[in-house]
Amino acid sequence: MASLNSVESRRSTATFRLTDFYSLVGALVAALSLSLLLFTKILPFSGSIGFVVVTYIAFIAIYSALVSLEAEGPIIRDKIATVVVHSLAFLMLLALVFVVAYTIIRGFSALSYLNFFTQDQSRTGPLDPLSSGGVLHAIVGTLEMIALALLITIPLGISCAVFLNEISGRLSRLVRTIAEAMTALPSIVAGLFIYATFILIFGLPKSGIAASLAISVMMLPIIIRASDVVLRLVPANLKEASYAMGTSQWRTVWHVTLPTARSGLTTAVILGTARGIGETSPVLLTAGFTASLNADPSRNPMISLPLAVFNFVKSPEPAMIARGFGAAALLMLLVLLLFAVARIIGGKAPGTLSTRQQKRRERQSHDDAVRMAKASAVTTDTGTP
Amino acid sequence: MTTTVVENDVDNALVADQAREITTKVDRPDLIFRGIIRTSGIAVLTVMSLIGVFLAYRAAKALDVAGWSFVTEQAWEPDSGKFGVAAIIVGTVLIAVVAICIAVPLAIAVALYISEYAPRRLQSTFVSLVDLMAAVPSIVYGLWGFFFLQSNVTGVARWISTYFGWIPFLSVEGADPTDPLSPSTVYTSSTFIAGIVVALMVAPIICSVMREVFSQAPSGEREGAYALGSTKWGMIRTVVLPFGKGGMIGGTMLGLGRALGETIAVYLIISPVFIIQPRILESGTSSVASLIALRYGEATNFGTSALMAAGLALFLMTLVVNFIASSVVARSRSGAESG
Repeated sequence: MASLNSVESRRSTATFRLTDFYSLVGALVAALSLSLLLFTKILPFSGSIGFVVVTYIAFIAIYSALVSLEAEGPIIRDKIATVVVHSLAFLMLLALVFVVAYTIIRGFSALSYLNFFTQDQSRTGPLDPLSSGGVLHAIVGTLEMIALALLITIPLGISCAVFLNEISGRLSRLVRTIAEAMTALPSIVAGLFIYATFILIFGLPKSGIAASLAISVMMLPIIIRASDVVLRLVPANLKEASYAMGTSQWRTVWHVTLPTARSGLTTAVILGTARGIGETSPVLLTAGFTASLNADPSRNPMISLPLAVFNFVKSPEPAMIARGFGAAALLMLLVLLLFAVARIIGGKAPGTLSTRQQKRRERQSHDDAVRMAKASAVTTDTGTP
Repeated sequence: MTTTVVENDVDNALVADQAREITTKVDRPDLIFRGIIRTSGIAVLTVMSLIGVFLAYRAAKALDVAGWSFVTEQAWEPDSGKFGVAAIIVGTVLIAVVAICIAVPLAIAVALYISEYAPRRLQSTFVSLVDLMAAVPSIVYGLWGFFFLQSNVTGVARWISTYFGWIPFLSVEGADPTDPLSPSTVYTSSTFIAGIVVALMVAPIICSVMREVFSQAPSGEREGAYALGSTKWGMIRTVVLPFGKGGMIGGTMLGLGRALGETIAVYLIISPVFIIQPRILESGTSSVASLIALRYGEATNFGTSALMAAGLALFLMTLVVNFIASSVVARSRSGAESG
């Protein structure tokens, strides 16, 4: 008995073994060396992207060979699939982060000048250095256009989403289908639509209002769809409790449904804003072009940040390209900021309260209790002779 | 009172116990409220249907002149009456197909990684990273494609066309593979490069649809697969992927719809040609959206009408793709409740 016990030692249940790590590292080193050899000594290859591709293929091949030495059948396939999924996911996330970082880093040279934020382009030519001129006109234009677009899309989008959730029937099914199909409406078509109606048929000039209408047409389906999903998540028992107390429909929507979904709705609007703020093509067709500051959206051409980027990089001058990257970096930072705000607000499930909201509710309910106690004391006082 | 009735006379009670009529009386504030939200629903519907109507109205003049040659003609010279969408539609579809071919494997890998392999703590971070990427302005992708990718990817394009040039659409005219010093400009501004950039733009959209359906795969069936001794990949292949098939197809179609309509990134990269150009690695291609952005400024009245017709063609194309996509996704979600 005693000898048997001493033989049995605790078995490891970990799913990751040291040999897995060795074969991974070994395959990576071998693949790197092989492609370095190929690129520098043997074959006339060049280019960083080609290098990455060759290394990756070599890595997968060598790793498969290493794994097949010690395992068989489904285990080999499992290990190869694991490595392929991990590496492709890593490659894509890396590529996406690289796209953003590339813009921000190249935009840094323009962003480091203060005048980039405080001047417009009216007195600056293509050959002037970065210490002159800026994108104030585009910043003002972007903010005004998106504000006007939000003025249209928030009431219309959210009330349409409420319609989809509160009144069921053939009409709301049709609206939902159309809105879903329109979420991928090409932005240039949205611009073309406003160009066809607002400018060609009504004969109005290109202006900030036309551009914000075009952005609204594009943002509306996005906001409707996201709000619709959020409103559907509001627990039905909350609404039923409200109806059970005899509340009318609009009071239930106003006091129960919308406040419960508040954080989700905010996120929906912010994500729609992030999409609308970065669109170039609707603005390209409807806002015209200007190099000077114009704060009046109803008259004269306006410009937005993405459109400014587009116009800057069409020029061959290095200073203009640097300005383009600066404006793109600014736009990117704006989108990042919107996203950070959306994540802070939208991280909560429907109905979850912040500490401050919780405190306020407690205080209100305490006040109510005091008020009711006082009222009942008064009635008992008068009730008893 | 009812009970006494039942005891005394059963027949009578059956007559008396008819289903009562249930009516909901909607009072005035509710009527107004329902009126307001119904109006906004109808307003949205109207705006969305007006897009098609107005495009068709403005395009009518050009379509009248061109007739059926609008579909078969390759050139785009509206003022001489010789214009059609054959070349630009082919270019648009080729760019979108290249984009989808690159984006779908990447999106599947990222979606599987996030839903199956990533540590639980990091999942929500990755999800919001992917969502953020879907909201990156297209001009940012365009800048990256134009200033970075254009000069770095020509080596790959040259290699592919040298060794796989015997496949018709991968060949490049005007390039000499045996001459290492031949200019690389013939490989720039191509369908291939525009496709890579569009792929990076649509991959996050495809990925987020796929991730959602993958994470809905029923845990009972997952555990069943493990209990039968399956490896993780075996479980994914037999449970997660078949379960998420509808979402994978729908997400891909959704990405295709976005890829067809992409304007600015494509505009920055391609050099427009107005002939059907099936060789994807060779410089020169065209797309509907970039044609509109390129020509709207200098177009005459009739030229604008022709551009509207091109826009209408693009609109109808994306609408069909999106309808198919959303119905496929919706069907896959309704099936998701089994198990």
